[in-house]
Parts: sequence; C-alpha cells; structure tokens
Amino acid sequence: MTPSESEPKVPFWLDPGKRAIGFQIITCLMVGLLAWYLVNNTLVNMEKQSIASGFGFLEREAAFEIGESLIEYSASDTYAKALFVGVLNTLKVSFIGIVLCLIIGLFIGVARLSTNWLVKKLAMIYIEVMQNIPVLLQLFFWYALFYEMFPSPRQALNPMAGLFLCNRGVALAVPASHPAYFQMFIAMILGLALGFGLKHWVKKRKFATGRDFPVLWPFLGLSLGLPLLVWVLHGAPIQMDVPELKGFNFQGGIMLSPEFFALLLGLVIYTSAFVAEAVRAGIQAVSRGQTEAAMSIGLKKKHILNLVILPQALRVIIPPLTSQMLNLTKNSSLAIAIGYPDFVSVANTTINQTGQSIEGVAMIMACYLFFSVSTSIFMNWYNKKSKLVER
Amino acid sequence: MKSLKMAVACISILAMSAMAMAGTLDDVKAKGYVDVGINGSLFGFGMPDEKGEMKGLDVDTAKAIAAAVFGDASKVKFTALTAVQRLPALQSKEIDVLCRNTTQTLSRETQSGLNFVQPNYYDGQGFLVPKALGVKSAKELDGATVCVLPGTTTEMNAADFFRANNMKWSPVVIENTAELNKAFFAGRCDALTSDLSQLAGNRSVAPNPADYMLLPEVISKEPLAPVVRHGDDQWFDIVNWTMFALIEAEELGITSENVDEMLDSENPSIKRFLGVTPGMGEMLGLDNKWAYNIVKQVGNYGEIFERNVGPDTPLAIPRGLNALWTDGGLMYASPIR
Repeated sequence: MTPSESEPKVPFWLDPGKRAIGFQIITCLMVGLLAWYLVNNTLVNMEKQSIASGFGFLEREAAFEIGESLIEYSASDTYAKALFVGVLNTLKVSFIGIVLCLIIGLFIGVARLSTNWLVKKLAMIYIEVMQNIPVLLQLFFWYALFYEMFPSPRQALNPMAGLFLCNRGVALAVPASHPAYFQMFIAMILGLALGFGLKHWVKKRKFATGRDFPVLWPFLGLSLGLPLLVWVLHGAPIQMDVPELKGFNFQGGIMLSPEFFALLLGLVIYTSAFVAEAVRAGIQAVSRGQTEAAMSIGLKKKHILNLVILPQALRVIIPPLTSQMLNLTKNSSLAIAIGYPDFVSVANTTINQTGQSIEGVAMIMACYLFFSVSTSIFMNWYNKKSKLVER
Repeated sequence: MKSLKMAVACISILAMSAMAMAGTLDDVKAKGYVDVGINGSLFGFGMPDEKGEMKGLDVDTAKAIAAAVFGDASKVKFTALTAVQRLPALQSKEIDVLCRNTTQTLSRETQSGLNFVQPNYYDGQGFLVPKALGVKSAKELDGATVCVLPGTTTEMNAADFFRANNMKWSPVVIENTAELNKAFFAGRCDALTSDLSQLAGNRSVAPNPADYMLLPEVISKEPLAPVVRHGDDQWFDIVNWTMFALIEAEELGITSENVDEMLDSENPSIKRFLGVTPGMGEMLGLDNKWAYNIVKQVGNYGEIFERNVGPDTPLAIPRGLNALWTDGGLMYASPIR
C-alpha cells in the first residue's frame, strides 16, 4: 500500500485547510461584489441626475484666491495647482508642528519626572489641562487671542528691529536673497553627510578596537562650520529684507498669518501634552534595577542614559509617539474652522465650485491616507531599528 | 454561515433602496412634510427668532411650497446647512428643495445636476468696510485683506474683480458665518465681501453698526433661487410655479388678508389663480386650492419681503431689483393659465 492510499479519503468540504481557502475566496468575492455594486450604483445615480464625474476639472481654471502659499499661485492657475498649494500648506503646519511637539513633549515629559516639586507640578498641570480641552476650542481661543490682542498694522508692535506684530500676523525680516545662501545650504548638507559618516566610522572602530573618539564637536563643526566658511568666503553678506508698511499691510520680509500661528500653537500645545505622557511612560517603564545594575558595573552617568535607559525607553515611547504624530497631521484639517487654507479647506472650495463631491472627498481621503501611511512606515522602520535585539 | 446570510440581506436591502426611485412629490406626500435646506444663521433669510421659530424670506418660500403641496404651511422640516454642505445635501436627497440664498450659475446647473427655479431674491455682491479705513471705493482696496465665506460664488467674484482691476488681495476664508464676522469686527480683515443683503445682516450684528459702511460698487449679479435636483420635472414645476404664484398674487393684488374676499372676484385671472375656476392645481398634480393656500397662509411675495427684510425690519432693504416689473423691478410671473 502506498502512503496516500493508507489515509482515509476526506471530502474537500471536511478538510479544514481547503475549507478555509474556500471561505477566503468567497469573502473576497463578496467584498469585490459589494464594492462593484456601490461604485456602479453611484455612477448610475449620478448619470441619472446628470452630475459630472471624473477628474477633468483638475485642468480647469480655479478662479479663487488662496490666502497663503509656499509657491507662486494666482486665481488664474488650475484646480490641480490650487490643491497642491493646499497640500503644501498642510505639510508645512504638520511638519513644523511635529518637530515642535516632539521637543516640547520631551521637555515636559522629563519635567514631569523631575525631583523638583514645583517643576513636577507645573508639568502635571500643563499635561492635565491641555490634554483635556478639545483641540478645536483651543484653536478658536488662540485665533481670537491673536486678532483681539494685537493692534492693526498701522499701530503694529515692534519689539525688536525687523519684527512686527499686528492682527495681520507676524512680519519678520529675512536676509535679502544672495547666491551665497544656496551654496551655504549645499555646504550644510555636505557637512551633515560627513558628520554621519564620521559617526559611523567611530562606532565601527569602537566595536573593533574599543577605543573612543569624540563625535559631537566634530559633527557640529562640520555641519555649522562649513556653511559659515562659505558665508565668509562670499564676503559675509548682511543685507536684510525688512518688512515695510505699504498701503494696508506689510510688504517684504516674510509674513506669518494669525491663522497659521493659531493652528500651529493649538496643535502643538494639545499634542505635546500627549507626547509628554508617552515620554514619561517610557522612562518609567525601565525598572530601577536596570540603572542600579548599570551603576554597579561602573558605567558613567552619560553612558547609563545612552546605553541602558534610552534604548529600552524608546521601545515603549515610539508606538504611542507615532499615533500622536498621525493625530497632529489629521487634526490639522480643523484649520478650516479658523481659516487657514490647508488641503481640506481648498478641497472643500473645489468641491463647491465644481459640484464634484465624490472626487473631492476621495482626494482628501487619499491624501491623508498617504500622509499617515508614510509617517507610519517611517516610524515602524525606526521602531524596528530601536527594538530590543535579543541574543 | 450567519454572516453570509447577513451579507446577502445587506446587499438586497441596498439594491432595493436604489430601486425605490419614486418621484419627489410622492416621497414628500408619503413622509408628510417637505425637507428644506436653509441657512439657519442668516437674519432675514433663514434664522430662528427669539422663540426658536424659523423666520426669513427663504423660510417663507419653503412654507409656500408646503402650503401648495399639503394645504398646510407648517408641514416643513428645516435643515440648517453651510455653504459647503448645501449642494451635496440636495444631490444626496437629504433634502427635497434648497432655499438657502443660492446663486444660479451655469456650472451649478450642469456640473452639479441641479435646477434653479424663479429667483426669490435678486442680489449683488459688495464690500463692507470700517469707516476708519478711509476707503471710498472698492477700487482703492489694492493690497487689502478681505474676509470671505468659502464655497460661495462670492469667493470667485472677488477673485475676478481684483484680477480685472489688476489689484492684489489676500483672502481670509472661514466657513462659519459667526466666526467670520468676529474676525472681521476684530480687524483681522480690511473688508468683508458678500451679497449686499447679507452684508446688511452682518452689519446689524456689529458691536457698533454705525462704524461700518458699504462701498458703492456692486461687483456681481446674484439671482438667489430655490434649487431642486435634475431629473424630476414634476417637482421642479411645483417649486417653480409656487414662486410664480407668490409673485402673481402680488401682481393681482391678492394678499393674505383679502384672499377670502377675492374668491368672489369676477376677474378670470383671479378665478383661475384661486381655483374658483378649477384646473390649474390639477395640472401640477396638486389641489386646485394650491395658490389660495399659499396666499392665505404665507402671503404674496410683497408681504414676505416686507415681513423679513423690508424697510420696517432691522435690515431695512429697499425693494430695488426685487420690486414687481410694473414698479421697475425684476419680479415678473409667467401667466398661470
């Protein structure tokens, strides 16, 4: 008897493996059918009411202005460009927001564990208050504060040379454009690359020979010194572009709007409270025994933090941190309440002018999905990198 | 298997819901009320009064539709919508008709699949500025910051105006009317732009209305009209002829007060209008008393105008373009015959 004949013949519907495959195929078919049905139904209904569909409108002239933009934009540009302006505005506020929020969150989180009673309580109050006020209310508060507190452009506050505060925003003097700045930027990137290369080399050498080499100072020297050198070589240009009151508003320099400030402030203050809690949880998750063990083998304080505490704390901190970064990005869509022209705001206007809400909403969803998934992928990669390597 | 059955059930329900595509009039009659989208926060057009009762020109237009359909002006359900929400709400059948100061445009009729009926208010866009700004004409607004509501024709008219005059401006776009007003009154913007009727309302809620003035330029035409969906001609006719009935009543001199006396009139137009000579209502699929009910319960167009936005109200808007054609306005009803 061959082995195959020795087994009793099992009908395929009683074989759990085959049955599972069968059910999966059925599920896929059902989902596909449902999706097809919904899409088809929508298209038929839209045709019945003769509502336009498709993305042809992207090529048409937008014919509306956008308050602030990182790129050159006017009402005669296309809807596609208007939407791109919106995407850039969302990225601008999210990126700056995330960076500030990490810095403030880390600071408050560490302060929350301080042995100083006052510092500890202040951090606690900050966290409890900011975490528990809905972010939309905070946005309204900061926005109202901005336009109620500051004077009109003609009576703008001028706390220091080149800085003007008024209810139209903050006008800042910036260095007037000069070819040196672009080269300085290149030099800085070069410096950073060299710095990271050095760090890598130092680590490798230390693993091989056990000898140490200072990293911090050469790193700073390279990344800051090189641009400085380029600046000096260009004859140290110090010409500034100073904002000036012309007509209704300031011209020249850069102008940051109250909407941008209110949104940034609201998002950063709200989210940093959550980040602070994540940081505290991470540090507290490392048991005291770890510190004591590290001390007992004679590690320096700096090394205890770098080699023992932080690597273990980061494992705990990173996952909640990722979700806070995603939260901040998604919450930035509340911008429409206070008039910051983010992607949702521009897309909403587009929907209204073209009447194509399905395409518009689909674009909004796709865009935020893209932001979220790319943040997620990056953070997952970082998380994997800092995971505990078990030997 | 239970989940499979559930899924099949779900699909069949969805399929059925798509098949149930009766006419809007039948749907409305089955529900027992008309679902109307209104502004909800625009004084004079659609806003609750101190007793919580919806008042306004658009609200009365909606009541006239209910009076025509049910013989009862109170059979209306109001849904307050923002400028951004209004068109999708109508397209998705959340509401039966939109009476929310909406401008008729070519793209809205074609791309959005909507039909606008006879306008219930002819408006135009202007600018409201603080007197302290020292500006006498909209042409002097080069470089100004202007507060504007999103999702309106206002946004594009303003862009067109500044482009045509080769001027720079920067918009501040806030979706909520109350928030936008607050920002403007606090000085965030140099000017507020909107339809003139709205600016009158905005000014009336200013901390000190006398500090603000309208600039003389009217930069656009804004025929504001009730809106229905494409593809239901019967419902379109009902809403359209309800508007005509309101105007016709004023032309014929029929008011909510004298309508019962008018039933005895020998004028054939009036007899046809009030259903004394039957036939007109039937043609619309309504009761022959449809127009009588409108005038009896809501009034004619002139009454509605005076009650909500006229000289005796805080808005104090003159009839202007909204007078009857016989008085030099644009209100002109096609004959009901």
